[in-house]
Amino acid sequence: MLSTKFTPATKLSKAEIDRKWWEIGDFFRRNSLWLLMYCTGCCAIELPPAMTSAYDMERLGMGPMATPRQADILLVSGYLSLKTLRRLIYTYEQMSEPRYVVALGSCPINGGIYHDSHAVINQLDQYIPVDVYVAGCMPNTEAVMNGFVDLMDQIKHKTANGWKKYHANFEWYKENQRNSLGEVDVHDEFHE
Amino acid sequence: MIINVLVGIGIAFFAFVLQTSVAGLNRKIVGRLQKRIGPRWYQEFIDIFKLLSKRSVSHGWIFDFGVIMALGGIIGTAMFMPITSNIVAFQDYDNFFIFVYLLAVGMLGMAMSASGSGNPWASIGVMRALTTMLAYEVPFLIVVLTIINLSGTSSMTGIQIFQQTAGNNWFILALPLGGIVGFIALMGMLGKKPFETYIAPAEIASGPMVEYGGKQLGMLFILHEISVWIEVTLFVHLFLGGATNIFEFLIKYFAVYTLANLISNVNGRFKIDQVVTFFYKWPLLMAVTQAVIAIYFGWVI
Repeated sequence: MLSTKFTPATKLSKAEIDRKWWEIGDFFRRNSLWLLMYCTGCCAIELPPAMTSAYDMERLGMGPMATPRQADILLVSGYLSLKTLRRLIYTYEQMSEPRYVVALGSCPINGGIYHDSHAVINQLDQYIPVDVYVAGCMPNTEAVMNGFVDLMDQIKHKTANGWKKYHANFEWYKENQRNSLGEVDVHDEFHE
Repeated sequence: MIINVLVGIGIAFFAFVLQTSVAGLNRKIVGRLQKRIGPRWYQEFIDIFKLLSKRSVSHGWIFDFGVIMALGGIIGTAMFMPITSNIVAFQDYDNFFIFVYLLAVGMLGMAMSASGSGNPWASIGVMRALTTMLAYEVPFLIVVLTIINLSGTSSMTGIQIFQQTAGNNWFILALPLGGIVGFIALMGMLGKKPFETYIAPAEIASGPMVEYGGKQLGMLFILHEISVWIEVTLFVHLFLGGATNIFEFLIKYFAVYTLANLISNVNGRFKIDQVVTFFYKWPLLMAVTQAVIAIYFGWVI
C-alpha cells in the first residue's frame, strides 16, 4: 500500500487549471451582477419595485450601474425601434466581457403589440444574443426577479454563452444588423 | 528597514480589508434604513474580485499606467499611516504633510488616467473633483494648522499622544467648531452625498470612472477603499484622540464612517458651484473663528 505522504501530486493540465479558475470567477460573476438598464419600453416600470424594498435585488448582489463599461447585464426592457437598436448594438459592443443580455416583455421576443409597425424590430436575438427572456406584457416583478435568478443558474452551469455566440457568429449578426439598419454606425445628428 | 516595509505593506492590506468590510456592513445598514434586507457583508469583496476577473479594454497606455500609478501612490500613502499611537511602520515619518503630498499622487494618477480615456464626462468629473478638493482643503487646513499649533507637533503619533495625555481633551471637544468643520471636510473628501458632485452617476455618468470596466475598475475600487481608510483614519487621529489599541481604533473608525454614510443617505446632491460657495462660507468662517479663539485668546477646553 502506498503511503499518501509520498504519492506524487497529480499534475493538472493547463485546460483543467483554466477551467478551475473560470469556475471561481463564475462564483464572483453570478453573485455580483451589475445592470445597465436600457429602458425603452413600458416594462421599465417593473424595475423600481425590483430594486427597492419590495423585492430588493441588492440582496442578490445586483445593482444599477451608470455606464456600459462597468455593467455585466444589458437589460432591454421593451420594444426597440430601428434608431434605438443602433444605440443598443453600440452599447452591447462597449461592455466588457463576460456580458449577458436580459430581455423583458414580449416585444423583444416577437414584436409584442408593435409587431406590425414599420419602425420596430420584432426579434432581438437576430441582432444580439439574448441569454434570458422574461415573457409577458408586461411581466410581473416576480417574473423579473425569477429571470435574474435563472441567469445566475445559467452562469453556474456555464450555459450563459451569449457573448461567446456573438464572437462565433459575428458575421451572421453583422449581416442581420446591416440588413435592417442599412449601416450600423451611429451618426451624431446634433453636431454634423 | 525590510521589517518596516513589510509592516507598511501589512498596514495597507489591513486598510483594504477593514474598509472593504466596513463598506459592506454599511451597505447592509443603509439597506435596513430603506426597509430592505441589503447585501451580504462581504459583497464589496465579491464585487472587486468579479471586476478583476473580467476582461477589459484599454484606451492607450496613459489610461493603464495612470491606474497603476494611482494605486501605487495610495498604497504608499497608507504605508505611512499609524493605526494606533504605537503601531506605525516608519517611526518619525508620519508627519501630516506627508499624507497631504502623497495623497495627491493617487489623485493625479487617477486624473491622468481618466483624461487619457478621452471621454468628456471623465474630464468634467476630474475637473469637479479638483474643484471640490480646492473647496474643502482651505477650511480643513486652517483647523489642522490650529491643531498643530496647539499640540506643537505635526506628527500623527505626536498629535495622538498629545490628546491622550492627562489634562488634554480630544480635539473634537477642545475645538468644537473645528471638529464640525473637520467632519464636513471629511464628507467632502469621501465624496459623500451633499458633496458627491464629481461622481454623480445620474448626472455625469459616474464622472472619472466613466470609461473604466473590468480590471481597471477593480483596481480603482481597491484604490477607493484604501483612500477612504486614509481619510477616515486622519479624522480619527486628528480629532478623536487616535487610539491606544486596535479595538479602540476599530470602534472609532466604524462610528465615524457609519455616521458619514448615514448623513450621506438622507441628503440630496449639491451642484458644483454650491459646493464651493458652501465650503467658502460657513466652514471657512467657523475654521477662522476657531483658530482665532484657540490661538489668539487661548480658550481651549
